[in-house]
Order: sequence, then C-alpha cells, then structure tokens
Amino acid sequence: MSKVHNVVIAGLGGQGVIKASDILADAAFRAGYDVKKSELHGMSQRGGSVSSDVRFGPQVWSPMVPTGEADVLVVLEETQVEVNRAVLGPDGVLISPDLLDAEALKNKKSLNVTLLGALSAQLPIAQEHWLAAIHANLAPKLHKLNEQSFSLGRAAAAARETPAA
Amino acid sequence: MSDAPQLLSGDEAIALAALHAGVRLGTGYPGTPSTEILETFDRLGGRAQWSPNEKVALEVGLGAAFGGARTLVTMKHVGVNVAADPLFTAAYTDLAAGLVLVSADDPGMASSQNEQDNRHYARAASVPMLEPMDSQEAYDFTLLAFELSERWHLPVLLRVTTRVCHAKTIVWPQNGFAAGSPVAPEPGFKRDIPARVMIPAYAKPAHRRLRQKLAEIAAWNNAEGPNRVFAGGPQLGLIATGIAAMHAREAAPEASLLTIGLTYPLPLETIRAFAQGCERLLVLEEGDPVLLDAVRAAGIPAEGKPEQYRFGELNVARVRRILAGDQSAEPVPPKGKPPELCQGCSHRGVFEVLRDLNCIVAGDIGCYTLGVLPPFQAMDTCVCMGASIGVGLGLRHVLPEEEARRVVSVIGDSTFVHSGITGLAEMVYNPPATGHVVMILDNGTTAMTGQQEHPGTGRTLSHDPTGRIHFEDLARAMGVQNVHLVDSQAPEGTLAALLKDLLARSETSLVVTRQPCVLAAPKIRFYEKAAADRSATAPAPVVDD
Repeated sequence: MSKVHNVVIAGLGGQGVIKASDILADAAFRAGYDVKKSELHGMSQRGGSVSSDVRFGPQVWSPMVPTGEADVLVVLEETQVEVNRAVLGPDGVLISPDLLDAEALKNKKSLNVTLLGALSAQLPIAQEHWLAAIHANLAPKLHKLNEQSFSLGRAAAAARETPAA
Repeated sequence: MSDAPQLLSGDEAIALAALHAGVRLGTGYPGTPSTEILETFDRLGGRAQWSPNEKVALEVGLGAAFGGARTLVTMKHVGVNVAADPLFTAAYTDLAAGLVLVSADDPGMASSQNEQDNRHYARAASVPMLEPMDSQEAYDFTLLAFELSERWHLPVLLRVTTRVCHAKTIVWPQNGFAAGSPVAPEPGFKRDIPARVMIPAYAKPAHRRLRQKLAEIAAWNNAEGPNRVFAGGPQLGLIATGIAAMHAREAAPEASLLTIGLTYPLPLETIRAFAQGCERLLVLEEGDPVLLDAVRAAGIPAEGKPEQYRFGELNVARVRRILAGDQSAEPVPPKGKPPELCQGCSHRGVFEVLRDLNCIVAGDIGCYTLGVLPPFQAMDTCVCMGASIGVGLGLRHVLPEEEARRVVSVIGDSTFVHSGITGLAEMVYNPPATGHVVMILDNGTTAMTGQQEHPGTGRTLSHDPTGRIHFEDLARAMGVQNVHLVDSQAPEGTLAALLKDLLARSETSLVVTRQPCVLAAPKIRFYEKAAADRSATAPAPVVDD
C-alpha cells in the first residue's frame, strides 16, 4: 500500500469518461485507500476532449496526475490516444478500445465500463469493490448490462496477457 | 445522519456542510465551477433557489440573514463582479445570522471568459475569506464560515477554485458544529436601524466598526485560525493557500509548509514566526501575488513565483519548476478536440444565417458563444453576461450607416434574464439612428452550465412549476417596436427573410428564436408531464357554498 496509483481516463464529451472515473474512485474508496479524483467540467459536454485523473494509495496530496507519472491511461476513443499519451510513465500501460473484440465492443454505451473491466486487471482493487461501485454509480436498470461489460473487459485484458499457445 | 466518511467533490462538501449548519436558504446563479453546490443542497433536502443574477441572489441572501436565517449564496468568480455592489456595503451592516458567499474561481479558464483572482475582493470589500484546499476543508470551512459570520455579524467569503470544487476527496462529516459553537438562530425581525440603514450618518461609524471587527478577526486568526504547519527541514519553508498547498506537499515533502486557511485578514504573526525558522521562504499561490505582496508588505522577506506562473493553474510539475527557479518555456500539451455546438443544436441554424448575412455580431456568454468557431465564425464580441446588447448599441451609434445596419446583438434566454433586460431598456431609451436588432436564442434552459432553470422557463431550481417571464410580452411592454417569434416549426428561410427586413428598418426589434436544447428537451418534457400529472391528481379546491 505504499505507492500512489495514478490512472487517467480520457475520451470525448458524452462518452462517459467522468462516470468511469467516478466508478474507479468509488471502488478505490471502498477498498480503503485515500482517493482523489479531478477533471475539468463545463465545456466537456459539447463533444470536446475530456480527461479525468484518479489517484489512490495510503495518502494522496495533489488531485492531478503529473505528466509522465500515470501508471495506466484508459482512452475511450482512439483519436484521443496521442493527445493524452504524455501522461503515461515509462512503464505505463495504455488501455484503449483496440484491446477489445467486436463482441466486447457491441454496446457503445457501456464502453466506459468495459474498459474499466480491462483496467481492473492492472489495479489492486478487489472485484467486490468494483461491482459495488458500479451499482452505486449507475441506475438499477443498467446494472446487469454493465456487470457483463465489466466482465468482458476483464476477460479481454486477461486474454491479452496470456495469449493462447 | 451518518458520520461515516464519504467521497465528495468540494461543491458537494459545501452543500453537506450547509445542511449540517442549518442553512435555511441557498441562493445563487449557475456558473462553472459553482453550480453543483446548490443542486446538491436541493437534492439533500435543503431549500435552494436560482436567482435571475448574482446581485439579486446576494440581496435575497442578505435579507434572509437580516431576518435571522443562516444563508448560503453561490456564484462563479465573475458573478461576484455582478454582486459586488451589495457585497461592499453588506460588509458595513450587522447580520442577525450567518451569511456565507461562495466565490468559485476558475484559474486556467476551463469554462470562463477570464481568470480573475477573487482574493482581491476580500481586501477590497473588507470581508473575511476562507480558502479550503480539499473537500474536507471545504466542509470544515463552510461550518467555520458560519461561526465567524455570526460571531462578528458580517458576511464571509468562501473562495474555492476549480480543482477544489470538482475534485473528489474523502470527507469525514461531523454533522454540525462542535460543542460550544453558536446555535442556529430562529428567524424573526429585530429592528436595528443604525446597523442596517447605510445612510452616511450610520455608515461612517459602521465603517469604523468593520475595521475593528477585522482587527479582532486577525488576532483570532493568529491565535487559533485554521492554519496548519507541516514540519520539515529548515532549509526551505513554503507558505501556500488552497490547492497550491496540495501540490506543494507533493512536490517538496522535505520542506516545512505553512498552509493558511483564513487568508483575509492574514495571520501575519503566525507567518512571521514560521518565517523565522526558515533559511529560504517561498510563497506558493495560484494567480496574482496577493499573499506574496501582503507578506512582503509586513516586512517578511519571501520569494514568489516567476511571472510566467501567474497564468493558468498550478500543478505538481509547475511547483517543482517554481522551486527550482526554472523560467524556461514550459512544454505545451497537445491540443485536444475543441468543444462545438451539438449536432441538432438549434443555435446552428441561427449562426448559419448570421454568417451568410455577413452580420456584425455582438455576442454573449453561453453555449452559443461557440458560434465564434468554424464553420460559423459568426461572433465578433464576447465580454460578459448581458454585454451583447450594450455593445451592439454602441457599435450602432458610431459605425458608418452601411456597417451599423449589419450589427445584431445575440443573447441566450438565461443570460437575457440575468442582465439583458436593462440593455433592452437602453435600446428603447437611446435608440441608434439605424435602429437595432436583438436576438434571444431561447433554448429553454441555462444550457452551458448543465441545464439549470431560470425565470424564463417557468420552473424552479427543483424543476417545479412557478411564475414565468414571457420575453415577447416583456419587450412589447418596454416599448420595443418590432417583436417576433421564430419557432422550431418555421419553414427554412424564415429567419433570414425576417432579419433582412428588420435590418433595413430604422426601428428597434427583438427576435426570439425558440427551440429547446437538444440535450435538455427530454428532461423538459419529463418535467412538464410530471407537473401536468400532479395538477390532474390534485384535490379539487374546497368551495364554500
């Protein structure tokens, strides 16, 4: 628990970037970490670039991930990868829709949660906290779909890490 | 209510603290990054209202505080300019209950027209200012602000910035004041003419009383103010406020750090004592060198940040550069996709017409300011809320006739109510020789800040039906010569033909284009249906026979 984990989630307004970072921050909070989350609102819902920073660990000071220090960058839209790549640290991991097959990409509305599933494989947060956070941040009628999306994303990340022989 | 920890934005923390403080009324005008405070207060069960503008919001709040009710007033930084008139004299008065004015500043201009530093207002208006650095302090300082406001009977400014308002951090609520703190007064009127009627005879002693109050608050701030020392080595001492304190702690964990929570009036003796233990002393603050100047004026030698760091937000990387004295050019982050008018937005058609007619467009503040960007580029000025009408009139007065006839003022519905009505009065009273054309782009909501209600929608902050201002009726009553409505059903070419006609006349004209915001339309239908259902099931009125 000594390290601060830095995650940046990016995409375009309307894609659910801020909802995804709310879920991540809530999951980390439920897991007992100190958590800070920050982004810029306002113009974001007009379809422009949006990014949100989530940091968790034993103690977090600044709510913003310094450039070049993100452990994971999650991008919901391929065109936004290059715009945000500079936040990644030297050993940082990029997670983008590129990772997913057609089946996992089927529901565009839950792409944010699908990619959180992929992200979950990188972070020390137990599955129960992720699911509790999904339930707490989404309307009940969306729970089942998003649980499935989360599992698909998690499986896609696992498949990539251990490719079939 | 539970005292368990919660992950809250600074805005949410302020709302929760207001509820726990027993605030009876919250007023304000929407504006990023302040909007969520009153929305959250309403959702938690508090009584919250959007006012037509910030001046009215503060005046209503002041009346409530004179009447013995704890009151929270919220606005963005530029809103305080609008509310400045009541603020400066409210400071002279004696309040019967706490009044806290939240100023939500936007260094870096994420969604604002300037990055003015509202710390200047504390000194200019002689009003105490608290500056939290995270959501916990936003919660704690809101409670403290009410305590200070009631102890000294004056308004207190709570200044927050984008990264405090919108960052989520963990809050341990205490659900109310600590033991020994003031109990919320009961509303009731107690006449106190010399303390509330600011004619010169009463204002002169009131000004002296105010300075005495500030001297007492400064002494309190030195003795027990909300200022913290993070112990470190003697080589480097940092003094920081607000979010800069967080960046400082991360960038220089080895340094001694003094964070100041009550930044006006400053705890200069606390600062002097801290400075004496440091070999190098540096002041870290976003924006203008407000704290640095005050520290130096008190004879305490300190370094500030190089001029390039006055602009924009600070972050950990920039603080590291400041500590290293690095004045080299900073890396420019890659440009993302700029915002644009939504597909299907009703403003699109309007700006196409204005572009095609080669109009000179005096614009205003809202989503429709995006009409300045390609493919429209149909906006020539944008300064502040309501300025479109006055600026348009000024252009009409002085431009050669051919150019004057191309000038149109464009304003949104919420902005019109905020500060466009006085502009219309000016047009009727001092009409230019070529007349003028004002357009209200009425999309039925305060769209840019996240679809808040206003007096032109006929619904309250909680979306319940209430009185509604009808723009066309208002304009006719004020004496505007031509008043037209172009709604969403109008055939193509209607607006262009109408504008051509009106621009050719030397008369005063108002054109309202009415079509709901595409993002808000489903919600507006829902609110209307809910209101209709409720009135259908309401019990029949009892009639005496």
